[in-house]
Amino acid sequence: MEITHYLGLAAILFAIGAATVLLRRNAIVVFMGVELMLNATNLAFVTFARIHGDVTGQVLAFFVMVVAAAEVVVGLAIIITIFRSRRSASVDDVNLLHS
Amino acid sequence: MDTQTTMQTLSLAPWLVATPMIGALVLLVAGRRTDRWGHWLGVLASAATFVVGLVMLLDMLGTPADQRVGTHTVGTWIDAGALHVDLGFQVDPLSMTFVMLVTFVGTLIHVYSVAYMDHDVDRRRFFGYLNLFVAAMLLLVLADSYLLLFVGWEGVGLASFLLIGFWDGKRENAVAGKKAFVMNRVGDMGLIVAMMLLLATFGSLSFGTVLPAAGEGATAAGQGVMTAIGLMLLLAACGKSAQLPLQAWLGDAMAGPTPVSALIHAATMVTAGVYLLVRSGPILEAAPDAQLVVTIVGALTLLFGAVVGTAKDDIKKALAASTMSQIGYMMLAAGLGPIGYAFAIFHLLTHGFFKAGLFLGAGSVMHAMGDDVNMRRFGGLARLLPVTAITMGLGWLAILGVPPFSGFWSKDKIIEAAFVGEGWRPWVFGLAALLGAGITAYYMSRLFFMTFAGRRRWRPDEGSGDDGAPVRHPHEAPRLMTWPMIILAAGSVFLGGILALGDRFVTWLEPVTGHAEHHEPVLPVWLLMTLTLVLVVLGAFLAFRQYAVAAVPVEPPPALAVVRAARVDLYQDAVNESLVMRPGQYLTRALVYSDRTAVDGGWLGLAGGIGRLGARLRRMQNGYVRSYAATMLGGLGVVGLVVWVLAS
Repeated sequence: MEITHYLGLAAILFAIGAATVLLRRNAIVVFMGVELMLNATNLAFVTFARIHGDVTGQVLAFFVMVVAAAEVVVGLAIIITIFRSRRSASVDDVNLLHS
Repeated sequence: MDTQTTMQTLSLAPWLVATPMIGALVLLVAGRRTDRWGHWLGVLASAATFVVGLVMLLDMLGTPADQRVGTHTVGTWIDAGALHVDLGFQVDPLSMTFVMLVTFVGTLIHVYSVAYMDHDVDRRRFFGYLNLFVAAMLLLVLADSYLLLFVGWEGVGLASFLLIGFWDGKRENAVAGKKAFVMNRVGDMGLIVAMMLLLATFGSLSFGTVLPAAGEGATAAGQGVMTAIGLMLLLAACGKSAQLPLQAWLGDAMAGPTPVSALIHAATMVTAGVYLLVRSGPILEAAPDAQLVVTIVGALTLLFGAVVGTAKDDIKKALAASTMSQIGYMMLAAGLGPIGYAFAIFHLLTHGFFKAGLFLGAGSVMHAMGDDVNMRRFGGLARLLPVTAITMGLGWLAILGVPPFSGFWSKDKIIEAAFVGEGWRPWVFGLAALLGAGITAYYMSRLFFMTFAGRRRWRPDEGSGDDGAPVRHPHEAPRLMTWPMIILAAGSVFLGGILALGDRFVTWLEPVTGHAEHHEPVLPVWLLMTLTLVLVVLGAFLAFRQYAVAAVPVEPPPALAVVRAARVDLYQDAVNESLVMRPGQYLTRALVYSDRTAVDGGWLGLAGGIGRLGARLRRMQNGYVRSYAATMLGGLGVVGLVVWVLAS
């Protein structure tokens, strides 16, 4: 098994995540798409670290995980607040700033 | 700082300009508060200027001839790099001659105006403008540099504009003022260009530097530059002095009150062009081609004015045409070089007296005839207006050049000088001057006889005479009006003879104009004098038969094409309109159109395009998070593509 196949997997995961973000309306699902994209990136980072024999990529992967964890906390809090006020978790309903 | 002279009173020169200027400022700034006594302040300012001028003249007469040219410098006016201009006054026989003419005739006109404008509510403003006119003219003739002269030059233009359009309640009067101003501006452009060329050639604008260097300037800068300067000065003079091709404003300027016409035609304004050319004599002598053009313009204008004068029925317009013609004589003389300068100024001086007298007389006639100017409705006024008839009669004889009246001494000399020279010139210019004298005799006699002789073409009361004639109650003008006329008439009779005796006036001007060698005309002098007199008598006799003996039709009779042309000023307005005005209008219209379509259209189109592009882009702001995310992804794709292309 070639190491570059991990890059292909990362690209496929990223594409699935991006498609989820762009196509789905439910905020929770969109959020999951974002998480999928982040993890696809992490996979790419780790793969490149392996290819180049440099740990910088692995370090970055840890950073991404930490930031993602924080982001999930904030993001879920926002989604729940919106759901409470608007009784909907659809991203298309969140357009108050658009006149 | 005074130079080159032992005259004591040189430092009085600024007061000649300041006195009438103070009068004008008080009258115009203090406004209605001065209404009750303002006109007398105007007279006082003018008379005081005359007294100052007289003191300086007497001082100059007591100074030896070689000490009479001086400048009085008040201080530095402009000091900017290469351009250095002093605020200085040129005091010499030439400028003093003008000072005396302007202040003396000007003061008489002021006195006359007190009575003439008696019923006008704006009399005070009128006197303010008159004082401004006198001040500007004095600055013009006393300036010691072209730039300071230009200030007076523009001041004269402004004052004439204000006075010609004085009764601006009527549209024609305001238009006439504007016409005079605009046509003068054309001439002013000539003076501005001439000044630029002078500064570039000589590095200075002061008479003291430029004029002595003019001879060398021709060799240093080339003949072409000197000719250009001469022609530009001529253009300037044509504007102010109403010479071809800038003559059209003079007739319309009659829209102003009659004393203004007298002032413009006798003392100020139209004489400025002759002054400029005589003052710039050395420059013209260094440019013989320009000098020839000056002579040609003078000869053409003297005939043009004379022909127009023969057909005018408006008494003031006939006099205006006559001024044009007489100034033509002066220009002709000024173009002849040193032999003509003194005679040009001499004729200007005598003309100032008799023309002012004639205009004031015309004002008196209008005063008597209810402001009518149509001479076809005058006639038989001599017995009713004896003072006016006699004073105008003396002015008439003076302008005809009948010996021993003033005009004879000056005009005959110009005709004589025009016959001096070699080749074709003496014959062309001399014959033009001679012919002009004959026509002058005809139209001035026509004016005189139509007004004062013949049968009445008006009615003293409703009951009598033919019914179409207007009812008039002619009466002699008040003393305030007749005395200035009497004094001017005395000047028209004696001044020329007194100054011509022993070539007194020519000698007096010699410090400025230089000594002219005596030249013999191509025809003997006695023959010229006889020819002139024969033509004058012939012209006067024709007019006598036509307008004193025969009945004058009250409507202009059908006439030859040339007479019809003369009645409308030889189509001068039509020519100006078709050659200058309409092409100018088309040009501005074309420019406005191209500005709207090309310039405005281009930029407005660009702005509109950007606006439409913005509207298109705005639609992308639809409020859907997904579409924003898609944009970001697309952007990422583009960045990736660029990096990939650059890397490979």
